[in-house]
Amino acid sequence: MKKSSMYLRMITASLARRKSRMLVALLAVTVGSTILAGLVMVYYDMPRQMGEQFLAYGANMIFVPSSDSDGMTSEEIEQAASEIDGSVEGVISYCYESATINDAPIVIAGCDLNATLETSPYWQIDGALPQAEGEILVGLNQADFFSLQVGDTVPVSYIPADVKAAVEGENLNGDVEGKVLKEFTVSGILDTGSTEEDYFFISEEDMAGLTGETLTYDVTELRVNADADALAASVERIEQAVPGVTPQLVKRITESQTTVLSKLSALVLLVTIITLALTMICVATTMTAVVTERRREIGLRKALGASDKSIMLEFMGEGLMLGLIGGLLGSVLGFGFAYLVSTNVFNSTITFLPALVPVTVLAALAVTALACVMPVRNATKVDPALVLKGE
Amino acid sequence: MSLLELKHVYKIYGDLHALDDVNLTIDEGEWVAIMGPSGSGKSTVMNIIGCMDKPTKGEVLLDGKDISKETSQGLTDIRRDKIGLIFQQFHLINYLTALENVMVAQYYHSMPDEAEAMEALERVGLADRAHHLPSQLSGGEQQRVCVARALINHPELILADEPTGNLDETNERIVLDLFRQLHAEGTTLIVVTHDAEVGASAERVITLEYGKVTSENGGTEFGKAARKDVI
Repeated sequence: MKKSSMYLRMITASLARRKSRMLVALLAVTVGSTILAGLVMVYYDMPRQMGEQFLAYGANMIFVPSSDSDGMTSEEIEQAASEIDGSVEGVISYCYESATINDAPIVIAGCDLNATLETSPYWQIDGALPQAEGEILVGLNQADFFSLQVGDTVPVSYIPADVKAAVEGENLNGDVEGKVLKEFTVSGILDTGSTEEDYFFISEEDMAGLTGETLTYDVTELRVNADADALAASVERIEQAVPGVTPQLVKRITESQTTVLSKLSALVLLVTIITLALTMICVATTMTAVVTERRREIGLRKALGASDKSIMLEFMGEGLMLGLIGGLLGSVLGFGFAYLVSTNVFNSTITFLPALVPVTVLAALAVTALACVMPVRNATKVDPALVLKGE
Repeated sequence: MSLLELKHVYKIYGDLHALDDVNLTIDEGEWVAIMGPSGSGKSTVMNIIGCMDKPTKGEVLLDGKDISKETSQGLTDIRRDKIGLIFQQFHLINYLTALENVMVAQYYHSMPDEAEAMEALERVGLADRAHHLPSQLSGGEQQRVCVARALINHPELILADEPTGNLDETNERIVLDLFRQLHAEGTTLIVVTHDAEVGASAERVITLEYGKVTSENGGTEFGKAARKDVI
């Protein structure tokens, strides 16, 4: 039999046949590795998770026309969106026009109303989004101002740009030749707590019908699932690639995301360090107790001719075996832990990171090795003569 | 030819002379019993002969080499290569089987050899108990495993500390028979004992009192009584 086989046989016998004591140390390593693997898995997935969470706060990137352009075309918007590094969860483009209701000025926005469900999940609508031709969504402030309710009809007057130019300086109220008048039915009242409450919203088709022109857009809102760095890089790329579009980040969203992310990262790091330290203390305490309990055995081994190095190798071997088993168990249980955290805290699933298994095992080995240093040194100091003293 | 020589050996702890000018010569193949009352210095002699302690003064020659000047590692090497130890409390490793306990001595000495370890257990009549843990063996069986472990590396000297102290009469006889076989084969045996029968089985009895050798061949009252009881 090779010496290495006997070495392994002694270590495994010690662990397997002295279960109760070693179970405590194994439990400590497993719990430590589980928390380490779980937190690291959550930590790596956190930017994505946070991105998803922050999407609920609305668009984090907008496109506006460049200073020398009157509006953005659908093609330009599409091209700019394709330059984004990250998952584009929602895009909505608005075409704003001035109109009047009973000679009172209003701003009316034409957009793909169904897309607002994606980009603006925080919108509260009393009623429904316009679905049929001739339906209009009214901002809460405007509904109050005009005393509008769901089902009411509202006459919207629009003066096309060419007509406006022709009659420049004249009173545009009352009858103006070329003015377009269209009746809309209120499908819903919009409550956002923000500036949208000052506008009217109609479908793109109705807007095209009202203006009689192909739509160009004044602003595009995008919800992009990406971290702050990727968003900033996307902005730079779009500026280079699409001259007609000026991309901007919605700072209140992206900066909050970065702040929360960095705070959570620090918290994860802190908890990981504390967990590893506690694991180390627990393993060190257990190994110290093990060495004290086994003083007579150590004395015997030395009496039989074991060198200090042999004693160190044997006890360190036992510690590292615990680290290996605990690390492997921790990698698997850590995924379960991360999955639980992810589903309960972030309401989304998490993917297993196979690369984390060797990292967790190495960390567990390092922690147990460090924890074993002092107890193992104490083991080498045992006097072999104690086996003759009948202790 | 002498295997072991103690020349003017002292072991002093503060004011206490645990050994006081001890001179001893033990020849190769000899079976010597070291006897004496508690506190006479038996354990101290045992520790020094067993390379687990060094004298304060004096020379200890094992195979012609002075071991009193050896380093701790040097003593470990001598213990491993030349000495087989048998203990009163057996000191088997409780989570290893009888066979593995014997193989541990091989592991530190050279190479573990399961077949050879099994032969040693056969020799002490424990082949059928080879895969039992110490807790599954009787005291006598445990002591026989301890004897097999002491023999496995063919040591020049077997040092036994109260080998029958924890055994009943039947097992004491079994162990003494094993010692007789070893002696007949030419193994040098040094047995520290209180037991008169064990002492009487030896070729020579050295009696210690107050750290001094007071007699050899049972010259003191203690030694005479021990031998007479048996005879």
